[in-house]
Amino acid sequence: MNGRITDRYEGKYASRTRVMRSSAMRDLMSLTALPEVISLAGGLPATDSFPQDVFDRINRQISDTQRALALQYGPTEGFDFLKDDIATIMAAEGTQIDPAHVLITTGGQQAIDLVTKTFVDPGDVVLAEGPAYAGALTTFSSYETDVRHVHMDSDGLVIEELEAMLDRLAVEGRRAKFLYAVPNFSNPGGTTLTLERRRRLVEVAAERDLLVVEDNPYGLLRYEGDPLPTLLTLDEGRGNVVYLGSFSKIISPGIRTGWVVAPNAIYQKMVFGKQATDLCSSPLNQLFVHGFVASGAWRDYVARLCDIYRSRRDAMVQALSEEFPDDASWTVPEGGFFVWATVPGIHTGDMLAKAIGENVAYVRGDAFYQDGQGVDSMRLSFSAVPEERLVEGVRRLGSVISDQIELYRALGL
Amino acid sequence: MSARHVCVLYGGRSLERDISLSTGHRVIRALEAKGYRVTPIDVDESLVRKLVELRPEGAFIAMHGKGGEDGTVQELLEILRIPYTGSGVLSSIRAMDKVLTKHILEADGIPTPPFYAFNDAAFREMGAKDTLDIIAEDLGLPVVVKPAAQGSAFGINFAGEARDLPRAMVSALSFGRKVLLEKFVAGRELAVSILELDGAPSVLPIVEATPRSGHAFYDFDSRYTAGETDFVVPAELDDAVSDEVRRVALATYRALGCRGFGRVDIILDEQQTPWVLELNTIPGLTETSTLPMAAEAAGLSFDDLVATIMELAL
Repeated sequence: MNGRITDRYEGKYASRTRVMRSSAMRDLMSLTALPEVISLAGGLPATDSFPQDVFDRINRQISDTQRALALQYGPTEGFDFLKDDIATIMAAEGTQIDPAHVLITTGGQQAIDLVTKTFVDPGDVVLAEGPAYAGALTTFSSYETDVRHVHMDSDGLVIEELEAMLDRLAVEGRRAKFLYAVPNFSNPGGTTLTLERRRRLVEVAAERDLLVVEDNPYGLLRYEGDPLPTLLTLDEGRGNVVYLGSFSKIISPGIRTGWVVAPNAIYQKMVFGKQATDLCSSPLNQLFVHGFVASGAWRDYVARLCDIYRSRRDAMVQALSEEFPDDASWTVPEGGFFVWATVPGIHTGDMLAKAIGENVAYVRGDAFYQDGQGVDSMRLSFSAVPEERLVEGVRRLGSVISDQIELYRALGL
Repeated sequence: MSARHVCVLYGGRSLERDISLSTGHRVIRALEAKGYRVTPIDVDESLVRKLVELRPEGAFIAMHGKGGEDGTVQELLEILRIPYTGSGVLSSIRAMDKVLTKHILEADGIPTPPFYAFNDAAFREMGAKDTLDIIAEDLGLPVVVKPAAQGSAFGINFAGEARDLPRAMVSALSFGRKVLLEKFVAGRELAVSILELDGAPSVLPIVEATPRSGHAFYDFDSRYTAGETDFVVPAELDDAVSDEVRRVALATYRALGCRGFGRVDIILDEQQTPWVLELNTIPGLTETSTLPMAAEAAGLSFDDLVATIMELAL
């Protein structure tokens, strides 16, 4: 091995690989996974609460009566019976759909990938909430998307800022391919888009011919307040909303099953896109989901999850008010998994090493922006951590923050 | 004769855990290929108990950073009378602390960029922030601010102006209690690996790292992502310059009292002065690390390199 050592495949890579980067430095994953570390980092559902008897019964049923079907290829768009189940699930949130417009995907992440694949050429503009789900940003980035963030406040996406952004783009002679939004208990913001803003958003979409991608993985996990209509419902069939759903948070992320509801023309393109990606989502997993949903067992389970998450949210929010400094602020979600906390002036990326040293972890705020914002914020996830551990984790974090504040002061910052 | 039983210590709690896991896995495979009986140990609080039970003939320390490279695990192995790879306790302590290293280098007349160093108590208790302007003037800008005891370029910041210093200090102090402020030296980045062969430390072919555009310097991503950095082995240097780089690297290795192997990081400036930045007593052995590259350029396969390091300890 002599001479210049370069990556020998260098000349062969697609240009999109240039923006694919390791985030080892960012999240220090292997450390946050250690048992002594209280991780408020990962957004993990409480899968340990899934009832074993139900799990066994569904598997037995598949094994007894649907074995060949489970092991065979399935239709690209997914099984019809599961599409009907999805219509039932969405109706529980007040959204009525035609099951013919449902495309089953391999997790919600594939739904995001397929939408992006369908609409984005390199350099195209996509609008995303700021902060936005990091997994969506990763997908956008792999399609070489020019992501522009639209600011959120405690009522969710600020519609005036969206309009101002659309104006700016028009001046640049550009158009956004779509807006990506998580209106319910957003990841990472924990905020919910108010009804008034939802109405305004679908109006703006209609006026400006803006496609809205509504990602709603947490909607059924509302443990406080009344459900709000989805953007898809408010759009009233005008075709400006593509809806993404997921079973990851209401059944299991391991089951890798999500879905898209899209206007027919878009639906056709996405089916072709999915065909090229994986032919079909796992029939075995689809049958499992069907067994769970069709039996009605999901209603009790979701209700139970809501109880678990409400209690954990309460513990975290209470601990935050006791342990975080006075000038810190945080969101109080009405559902979902996340609190977004901000400590003005404190760089949460720098602080992460110290926090891990004290056996507590979170996700630094700038991971949820494509443009370097969010440095003094952090995402705290309470979904997979029991109450006592949450309280202890927040206590440790509070003392790391105090130490950091003292350090800033000592340096005259 | 039955296979020799060795333990590979890897993982641990330092920020470089990921790198250590990667180094460890490769070392385990190499030692097994060379016929050792290998017990891997991901280091946690059960380490001593495991070692006492296993009583291995030797330990390969495949850990980077705090705990593994700073003399801690070495001290434990001394107490347990288990031979281990690489440098001993004192050299590990010296090399892990970049400030201590630089004082030793200066005392021995080995070129290292001018510097100042503080622990956070100087700021918290003695008002050291008021010296930052003087430091900026003395060292000249930009100043490189780094934690004294971190590897893999964690917490390294550049202050282009004096007013950027406090911010850079906070960042570095988030990674450790002691911080080094160093004059920035522009130049070529050389990694000089040393391996003891036939009873004496010998310098392996010099590796030059040239990070791709988009990286401010040889940072974390460019170190551990294939294709983010180009390497030239051996570095294209005049004979006289090459001799001087090798001499300085060896002098550093000896000044710190290292054993077995090590890697000296050097910046070669335009006047061809080799400035020593630091010495790593346990350099990475990942697929993108420079020590294995240098060894291969010297005709030593990865498996041979690992076995050589192991045998030196036994």
